[in-house]
Amino acid sequence: MSVPDPSHALTPSGNLRRRMAVSNVMQGLATAAAVLAVAVLGILVAFVVVHGIGALSWGFLTGSLPPPTGDGSGIGPAILGTGEIVLFATLIAAPVGVLTALFLTEYAPPRIGSPIRLVIDVMAGVPTIVVGVFVYELLVIGVGSTGYAAAVALSIVMMPLITRAALESLNRVPGVLREAADALGVSRWRTILGVVLPSATRGIVTATILAAARAAGETAPLLIVDSVFGPNVQLNVAHGIPNIPLTIFSLAEYGTPIAKQQAWGAGFVLLFLILAANIGARTLVGRGQRRAFV
Amino acid sequence: MTTFSSGATLDSDEPGGPRPRLRITSEPVPTARRGPDPAVGRQVVFEARNVSVNYGEKRALDSINMQIYRNLATALIGPSGCGKSTFLRSLNRMNDSISGFKLGGQVLYHGHDLYDPRANRVEVRRRIGMVFQKPNPFPKSIYDNVAWAPRNLGMKDNMDDRVERALKSAALWDEVKNRLKSSALGLSGGQQQRLCIARAIAIEPDVVLLDEPASALDPIATASIEELIDDLKMRYTIVIVTHNMQQAARVADRTAFFSLGHDEVGTLIEYGETSRLFASPADPRTRAYVTGQFG
Repeated sequence: MSVPDPSHALTPSGNLRRRMAVSNVMQGLATAAAVLAVAVLGILVAFVVVHGIGALSWGFLTGSLPPPTGDGSGIGPAILGTGEIVLFATLIAAPVGVLTALFLTEYAPPRIGSPIRLVIDVMAGVPTIVVGVFVYELLVIGVGSTGYAAAVALSIVMMPLITRAALESLNRVPGVLREAADALGVSRWRTILGVVLPSATRGIVTATILAAARAAGETAPLLIVDSVFGPNVQLNVAHGIPNIPLTIFSLAEYGTPIAKQQAWGAGFVLLFLILAANIGARTLVGRGQRRAFV
Repeated sequence: MTTFSSGATLDSDEPGGPRPRLRITSEPVPTARRGPDPAVGRQVVFEARNVSVNYGEKRALDSINMQIYRNLATALIGPSGCGKSTFLRSLNRMNDSISGFKLGGQVLYHGHDLYDPRANRVEVRRRIGMVFQKPNPFPKSIYDNVAWAPRNLGMKDNMDDRVERALKSAALWDEVKNRLKSSALGLSGGQQQRLCIARAIAIEPDVVLLDEPASALDPIATASIEELIDDLKMRYTIVIVTHNMQQAARVADRTAFFSLGHDEVGTLIEYGETSRLFASPADPRTRAYVTGQFG
């Protein structure tokens, strides 16, 4: 490459014009991709809102599920049911996930830790329909649809998500704090309770909320393990429990105009709950990060 | 103040934590640094017998034989990578968690093998505290930083007094007494390091190990830490790693010079009374180091 002439005006010389053109094209492509991604989400949300908002009413939110003719009242039992299933799934998945993450960051030697990490990563990628079949074999055959089978299936979906996010939070806790606690003759578990977990709590709570939001919309496993339920409120986990994803599925299948609008309405409710959980969780993280730098 | 080191400076009014089994050969007396060898007649706290350390295949430290005496400040000096910090961390088993760490020979603490399979690592550190190079206070209040370990070790009585005593011993009390509940992270670096010292002595250890405690501090903060070490050795046995020879000369009664021996493995070159080691080093390598020819 030739050396630039120092007396030349500071306008592009040599191949800089071409290099800048390539750079600008790539920047444009990246920007366009980002705009597209946001636009897809925006259009999707707008669509659900436009179609679904008409269905919303107090009766719709609280009424019992519509009969197969599609001309029923609401989705109240499904909202309660999804809440309950996700709650139980979280109660199963959060302790297992957090303790697994603690095992990996605080106790496991690398030789044991790396294969477990790999298993967790693979688990996060297992198709949820496969999880459904597995839980069907395990808990549903001979018993029928049950709420606890649904909770177990969703907890299997949630567990690797919580573990991975908790791992990230725990890895961010500075090693020097563990060393400081070790040097004080405090046992490892006390160190975890007193020093490690308080620094990671916010991240772990956020991860749990996000995983719960993800599980709330999970449809495939429920299709197999919790698809038979009555139209009324059912909170007994030994029975099939109404849930939002399958209610949307059935309403969409009925095909009548009212059912279709109710499907949009139920979709709106589900989307709203998930977005609210996401935004809430991210606000929590944001607050935590700001505080960490004070 | 309660400690389990003996000595006339203490007014023990309550039984402290576990006492090491003592083999007192004579009453320790506060020493003047110049004069007869301060080690004469003192109880041996640590005895390294042919200690070697490996990290995996790499040998970091070889054939260390030395005795560390009670209520003295012992400095470990030497060039970077000579294994002085490795040796210090071997004294309270802080290296155990490093993968591939393997110690050969024996480290005796009051006659007990620190690496005996029956020796509990948590118990070892409960008696042998450590202050690190970079101040590492917990993200808690000043009070809780000091109170956390005693609380977890079951030393719950008179916690306020305990915290006050520890902070006074670390010469920090006057600066923080009006903001004990505020975060320790708001303190300056020098204050944080003194807080770490207060935290270490709040559980009344027998020994305090200091790993380059002033290297991240400015000269004024360094001076206050050095002054503190002089006070602390009345009650505790102090072992300090420093890369600063003047600091060793100022604070230590005895000094050990580590350097790389044959095969580039760290080893102990010379060990003795500080004034003697600096004034008339026996080994040419020590002479070269203390006169500033390398390092």
